Amino acid sequence: MTIATATAGTAAVLAVNNIEVVYHDTIQVLRGLSLSVPRGAVVALLGANGAGKTTTLKAVSRLLELENGAVTAGDIRFADQPIAGLAPHTLVRRGLFHVLEGRRVFEDLTVEENLTAATYACRSGTARAGFELVYEYFPRLYERRTSTAGYLSGGEQQMLAIGRALIASPQLMLLDEPSLGLSPILVETIFEIIARINREQGTALLLVEQNAAMAFAIASYAYILETGKVVIDGPVERLMRDEDVREFYLGQGGRSYRDVKHYKRRKRWLS
Amino acid sequence: MDWLFLFEVAIAGLGAGGLYALAAVGFVVVYKATRVVNMAIGEILMLGAFVFFGFASGLGWPPWAAVPAALVVGGLFGGVVERTMIRPMLGESPIAVFMITVGLGSLLVGLVELVWSPEPRRLPAFLPDAPIFLPTPWGEAYVSPKTAYASAAALVLITGFMLAFRYWRGGVALRATATDRGAAYTVGINVPLVFATAWIAGSVAAFGAGVLLGAIGGISSTMGVFGLSVLVVVIVGGLDSLLGALVAGLLIGLLEALAGTFLGGEYKLLVTFGLLVVVLLIRPYGLFGTREIERL
Repeated sequence: MTIATATAGTAAVLAVNNIEVVYHDTIQVLRGLSLSVPRGAVVALLGANGAGKTTTLKAVSRLLELENGAVTAGDIRFADQPIAGLAPHTLVRRGLFHVLEGRRVFEDLTVEENLTAATYACRSGTARAGFELVYEYFPRLYERRTSTAGYLSGGEQQMLAIGRALIASPQLMLLDEPSLGLSPILVETIFEIIARINREQGTALLLVEQNAAMAFAIASYAYILETGKVVIDGPVERLMRDEDVREFYLGQGGRSYRDVKHYKRRKRWLS
Repeated sequence: MDWLFLFEVAIAGLGAGGLYALAAVGFVVVYKATRVVNMAIGEILMLGAFVFFGFASGLGWPPWAAVPAALVVGGLFGGVVERTMIRPMLGESPIAVFMITVGLGSLLVGLVELVWSPEPRRLPAFLPDAPIFLPTPWGEAYVSPKTAYASAAALVLITGFMLAFRYWRGGVALRATATDRGAAYTVGINVPLVFATAWIAGSVAAFGAGVLLGAIGGISSTMGVFGLSVLVVVIVGGLDSLLGALVAGLLIGLLEALAGTFLGGEYKLLVTFGLLVVVLLIRPYGLFGTREIERL
């Protein structure tokens, strides 16, 4: 019995196995991508624009089908269950919450109504405690609870977007560029809170970021995508020592941009 | 100036306005949730009146059974339309969905004429018909009982809808879906179910308005032209505002009655559409419609 619990505790909450994604039956975006997120861990997903990071998240949360995209090969398992054929809203109630890129708060609704709408993601009876939890992490949202969400500042909207996820106390949160369009000081605040949620609530995070330095600060493992597949992955400590990663994703290194372009061309040619 | 007469005319206008408002609510609920402009609203209303006629006259049911039965059929009708005509069009261009509702309107007129023939008919009387007199400073004002009861019923229904939108969790889900469909999926809202609910609620409101309208003025397969005035009401009030539907409905009912009485029947449409032009010039999103929030 104890052994079984121990195994369950170490198993991956999310396992993506060799998936391919095609949009409109013609445009292939992901080409044999695999990754896994251990329970309670923070995993970062990095890569240039168009590498397929957002598509990966949408494949996992099953929003892909709403945009004429489809997973044509491979499989995705969440909490040891295959997710194929589940509706997005069912998946959310099982504990997989996708925080979309660009915040996407319900602009015409108040802050509180935004959170009320998010209680549809809760398993029954947990909503009341959820509100208190959100306001505890984001006292600013409590102050502005009767304001229309469309008039909040960018930082407050990002807090609300994360608060909507928090209210459902998910097992896994997918975060798509939480730093987008925020000032450096706000980015730090947001990341501190994200790290706290992971630590205190035990929520696993799959984090897509352009700001690699920030992502590395809270993640334990990272995958780097290029044109639809993983090119480098490993524990963050190791990646931070990696010459190429330092240069292309952290902006630390001596070579000029001419070499960078050359390198990228060569990489693509080889892969 | 005969104040008593003016008062009576105004009350009659507001009564007719209540029916406008109820039908407009049927339109607004659907538009709010699904962004579909339902051009068949007038014909759905007509179908409601005929379904009630079928139960009350055809099958001889008493009104207390025929009215709820007609409303239930309205709900079923809304659900079927959403499932078979609107949902398959998800993600298609709005103009295509718009044309589907135009087609649905013609289809319903044809259907009703096939089943009941195009002749105008009278609904069996079911509203109390003892005349009502309201005391006013100028004497007792006569109010047509049918109009009074019909508009009272309409106001009760509208209040119910407004409270539901504001405080019921499903109402919040519906408004959330209206604002951002993609984000609604991510917070666990069952978006297809929200769409179906909106169509069911909208059709029930339209069926209700049809029954009440038929009780006042009789029914015929051309009563769908009422839908034209309803469109004016929702545009004046703001396409996505329940309060706008209510206020604009009453306002237009009142204006029509005053214009019809003091200027002559031919001025009714002139005044309504004149109001439409003025409102669009000053507030293009309607009196109470949501202005898009733009952050630069």
